[in-house]
Amino acid sequence: MAVTEIQSGPSLLDRLSRPKPVIALALLLWLPLTAYVMFGHRLGSGAQNVLLPAIPATVLLYVLGVRAFRESRVAVIGLTLVFFWLLMAVSAPYLPLMDPNKPIAPFTTPFTERGDLFFWLGTDFKGRDMLSRMIWGCQRVLVWGVTATMVAYVVGAMFGLISGYLAGWWDEIISFVANVLLSFPVMVLFIVILNYLGPSGFNIVVAVTFASAPAIMRIVRGLALDIKTRDYVYAAQTRGEHPLYIMIFELLPNVRGPIIVDACLRLGYTTVAITTLTFLGLGLQPPDPDWGLMIRESARTAMLWKFSYMLLVPALAVSSLILGFNLLADGLREMSLRD
Amino acid sequence: MLKLILRRLVQMVLIMAVSSLLLFAIFDTPEFKKRLAVQELGGFAVSALTEESYKSWLAGRGLDVPFHQRYLNWVGNILSGDFGFSYEKNRPVGPLLADRLANTGILAFFVFALMIPLSLILGILAGMKEGSLQDRSISFISVFTTSIPEIASAILLTVIFALGLGWLPVKSAMIGGFSFRELVLPVLTLVIYDFGYVARMTRASMAEVMTSQYIRTAILKGLPYRRVVMRHALRNALIAPFTLIVLQLNWLLSGVVVVEVFFEYNGFGKLLLEAALFPDVEVVQACTLVAVAVAVLSQIISDIGYTFLNPRIRFA
Repeated sequence: MAVTEIQSGPSLLDRLSRPKPVIALALLLWLPLTAYVMFGHRLGSGAQNVLLPAIPATVLLYVLGVRAFRESRVAVIGLTLVFFWLLMAVSAPYLPLMDPNKPIAPFTTPFTERGDLFFWLGTDFKGRDMLSRMIWGCQRVLVWGVTATMVAYVVGAMFGLISGYLAGWWDEIISFVANVLLSFPVMVLFIVILNYLGPSGFNIVVAVTFASAPAIMRIVRGLALDIKTRDYVYAAQTRGEHPLYIMIFELLPNVRGPIIVDACLRLGYTTVAITTLTFLGLGLQPPDPDWGLMIRESARTAMLWKFSYMLLVPALAVSSLILGFNLLADGLREMSLRD
Repeated sequence: MLKLILRRLVQMVLIMAVSSLLLFAIFDTPEFKKRLAVQELGGFAVSALTEESYKSWLAGRGLDVPFHQRYLNWVGNILSGDFGFSYEKNRPVGPLLADRLANTGILAFFVFALMIPLSLILGILAGMKEGSLQDRSISFISVFTTSIPEIASAILLTVIFALGLGWLPVKSAMIGGFSFRELVLPVLTLVIYDFGYVARMTRASMAEVMTSQYIRTAILKGLPYRRVVMRHALRNALIAPFTLIVLQLNWLLSGVVVVEVFFEYNGFGKLLLEAALFPDVEVVQACTLVAVAVAVLSQIISDIGYTFLNPRIRFA
């Protein structure tokens, strides 16, 4: 009897690196987080456990990401920064932190002990723990930033495909509208839209869509113009496929590559925009912690060397997240050029 | 060349017309009219107003005519220099906006005066030898500095130079007249955020030129390296950065908002934000219109400049 050699198939991690498991893991990370941040108050007592499955998903995704990007050190550093904040966002409710909204001891400087509590990063002017505010603060920026960028991409890519593939009048009209929107300086456009709609998370999504979709549309349009002369598109046209089918199943998968790099950069811009708008008073509203809000609230009270940590903590936090997105984009571009 | 300029100008007028129409339409609601009445007459007077007298007030302000006529009136007023009235600042919008734009102009002048040489020199140094240590360190610095948002670099600079070392004032409100010391931090904040982008684009353009055939020929001919770079490469390498620098004006108008608010510098951006929060609708409209005009104008200048500098396009 011949000993059958046990076929050792691809390892578990290899099998997980295929598109479907990765998407499933990303959804497992993303849906609970979004539900928790957007509808947390409606979930009631169940809210406590919503984020539990997201923690292993985050860790697994990070491991897969490091494996996929290991050739580029820059991308791995960026990935680490981004996933550090993602992990903080999903695990914030389970970490041994003080309540981020509870005033305890105002103006406690970092690394001091008050009573039986130790404050690593001190407390702000109302006495709320800075460490827990910093960790909780990344939730809303991440959720609204990624949601806004995704919506902007869907809208921008749709119009880009239409205008690139159908050309003619569609192209003229869409390009003109995009030109009009692009001629507004971004922050001015944000201020006008949010002033009109009123400050809230959903309205930030609308504003970011208006500001980013035209630029995305231009990129996708350029790519679509290039791709639509390829043979496989002609083949589909000869088969008599509907233009909608060609746009979604022939063009869209082939413009994906360059878009992903751009999306990383744009995630950074959106994070900057949300933090800045919140600082200006047009973005997310108190009392829940957010980096922009922390800066806004401390900017009046903390203008002393002794209390500058109140400004430095959120400023460094937001910079590290954006640096993460930018390095990731840089690494991805480098890798895509290498192939 | 002339045809191009004309086409660009027509395009600009079209864009301005559409964006002003949009801007007028979104603020032309019954609530807005009510708000205007409250600001002009006072809240109590409006709540005591009968339907009749409110209508007569609307008629007096010219707000009861059809939409297109209201829009034309509004545009006509703006073209004749009447931008409306700011109820928060209690001044006509025209002179107010002119003052604030002049302040922002001063800020922008120093930003460009510092940013252009810095980013061009760094970009050229990096692009001269692609992949060298010099190139990689400059590229890293430029990614790093552009990753720090203005709000964060404003905080870092304030904490270090104003709160820690005490060299510079914390705020730049210029209460006691113009002072250079108060201008340093806002200018530095804007330069730190922006120079990296221009430097990277200059580097890309320089690197592309340095790999071209005519540069290789010049080097192989035995010309001194310095001369090749200065005389041959720079001419072509600087075309792209020129257009980019002009386009930075558009970016500056949005970047200036947060910096002016943080440092309490009385410029265009702070005016726009205060008007948006108050809400002072006519100021928001005027500011946005001016911002769009500046942005479109800079786009045209960069386009025309590009064709002018690049003979391959000019004669094509």
